[in-house]
Amino acid sequence: MSDWASDAIIRVRDITVQFGKTRVLDGLDLDVKRGEILGFVGPSGSGKSVLTRTIIGLLPKVSGRIEVFGVDLDAASSAERRAIERRWGILFQQGALFSSLTVRQNIQFPVREYLRVSQRLLDEIMVAKLVMVGLKPEVADRYPSELSGGMVKRVALARALALDPELVFLDEPTSGLDPIGAGDFDELVRTLQRTLGLTVFMVTHDLDSLYTACDRIAVLGNGKIIAVGSIADMKASQHPWLQQYFNGKRARAVVS
Amino acid sequence: MCAAGNWTATFAPALERIVSDAEKLRGSRPHIFIDVSQVSRLDTFGAWLIERLRRSLSDTTAEAEIAGLSANYSSLVDEVSRVGTAPTADGDRVSLSTMFEQIGRTVVGIGDTVVGLVDMLGAVLAATAHVLIHPRSFRLTSTVHHLEQVCWRAVPIVVLITFLIGCIISQQGIFHFRRFGADIFVVDMLGVLVLREIGVLLVAIMVAGRSGSAYTAELGSMKMREEIDALRTMGFDPIEVLILPRMLALVLALPILAFLGAMAALYGGGLVAWLYGGVDPEAFLQRLRDAISINHFIVGLVKAPVMAAVIGIVACVEGLAVQGSAESLGQHTTSSVVKGIFFVIVMDGVFAIFFASIGI
Repeated sequence: MSDWASDAIIRVRDITVQFGKTRVLDGLDLDVKRGEILGFVGPSGSGKSVLTRTIIGLLPKVSGRIEVFGVDLDAASSAERRAIERRWGILFQQGALFSSLTVRQNIQFPVREYLRVSQRLLDEIMVAKLVMVGLKPEVADRYPSELSGGMVKRVALARALALDPELVFLDEPTSGLDPIGAGDFDELVRTLQRTLGLTVFMVTHDLDSLYTACDRIAVLGNGKIIAVGSIADMKASQHPWLQQYFNGKRARAVVS
Repeated sequence: MCAAGNWTATFAPALERIVSDAEKLRGSRPHIFIDVSQVSRLDTFGAWLIERLRRSLSDTTAEAEIAGLSANYSSLVDEVSRVGTAPTADGDRVSLSTMFEQIGRTVVGIGDTVVGLVDMLGAVLAATAHVLIHPRSFRLTSTVHHLEQVCWRAVPIVVLITFLIGCIISQQGIFHFRRFGADIFVVDMLGVLVLREIGVLLVAIMVAGRSGSAYTAELGSMKMREEIDALRTMGFDPIEVLILPRMLALVLALPILAFLGAMAALYGGGLVAWLYGGVDPEAFLQRLRDAISINHFIVGLVKAPVMAAVIGIVACVEGLAVQGSAESLGQHTTSSVVKGIFFVIVMDGVFAIFFASIGI
């Protein structure tokens, strides 16, 4: 297992994505290593969500190459693609829970589709996932419209984790949560990453998350990765946007 | 006992069988060790199944322990051991009393529907009065936009369908009347039927399906995304901003569409009468002039705005009744169209009784 540590679970090479005439990503390269939590930051509108959606195959790219678990997604057959999709979990920004299913059914949905297991095990796994994301089993029979914003995020994370994926994409997981809730969420991601050995690709704007949860940080600007490294590397960087982001007023408040 | 290999989600179905076999050992020995040192990979599914086995083997007389757990996985097993028992989904019981309960609820629901419609009618009238007093609060742009959607864009399909219906009525009429040598009476039938009933009724049903459903879906998705609440908190009346322009557009559109529809149906009927029945256009027009009076035309068109109001009110009530889920949106859009068509036909019946009793 030791060779996994150095191995890149996502390898993005020379990706270009374009909407009409605007080029959003321009020859971007990025590696995500197995077992790490990569925080992905950048100014609003710089294309963070676009990159995430391109990697998971929701947006078409003009050119470039994306490998996930060592498989080139363009060359993969549909069976291979399904196998990969079963090994990753995605937390969308708004949760994207199925509104006509209860929490129970939402979490059980991917399990039911991929595995033939008894209803008893489905229920037990559902409760295990709810407890893991810090919710009480009593919410199982509520509908998404009856949940608070933070609970929606947690249920959506539980659903993303339902099949015990190796890789999880989190799109702004702490946006819209109160600072305490957001802190708990960071802690939760950390714990889950340790217990389940997850690799986490996290798009975020939350400086606290970057400090407490992330192993490495990648910064997007002008359609390229400006910098990759630890928090210390970021603060040492001379790039003006990074200077402002990591050494600005809000950043100092977080550190102190 | 000893567990080995991959205890991961992929193998969960097989693992579940192994575990339920192993559970049969319960009570056979006072002390059982579950040796997991041979397990190469473990995830939540595997950890839970091992934990489930441990729990079912432990009771008052016996004790089971997990042994040989590697450090990597101990936190996962700890995590899983905090999980309590699963609440089971409460299924729907079917009994005689629940059936009666359903019937009762449906009856009450019908009452609620009527109250909701009257409520919305009142709210729309109040908003109209407010707009009449303060004409500047009227939303002309929005009204024109909706007029384009429900009237202008509906013209091709309405004209096409009524044209075809006119053709069919004429063809059927000629086919059957010919046996009595009464071909020419098809003109009377066509004229009265199209102007009094079919024209407006058919167009109203099409509008209920086309625009009523659109109104419900629009308002419903705005309700789901709290847009209507946002309007209200900014001090706007959603009835005035959203519903009044839609209602007004519909009330203006339906008479226009009904008129165009009636003309298209007469044209189609005349065309078939000429080509299929040999009634040449001049004879057709002459006969039409004798058969119908302006009353038939008025009777038809008077109904149109009332039907439009009914369709609009039903659609808006249903739209605002949408709850948080996609399923609810679908249900209310369906019931908007169904109720809209139902009330249109009921109104048509009421008008028929009224006109019959005043002798037009």
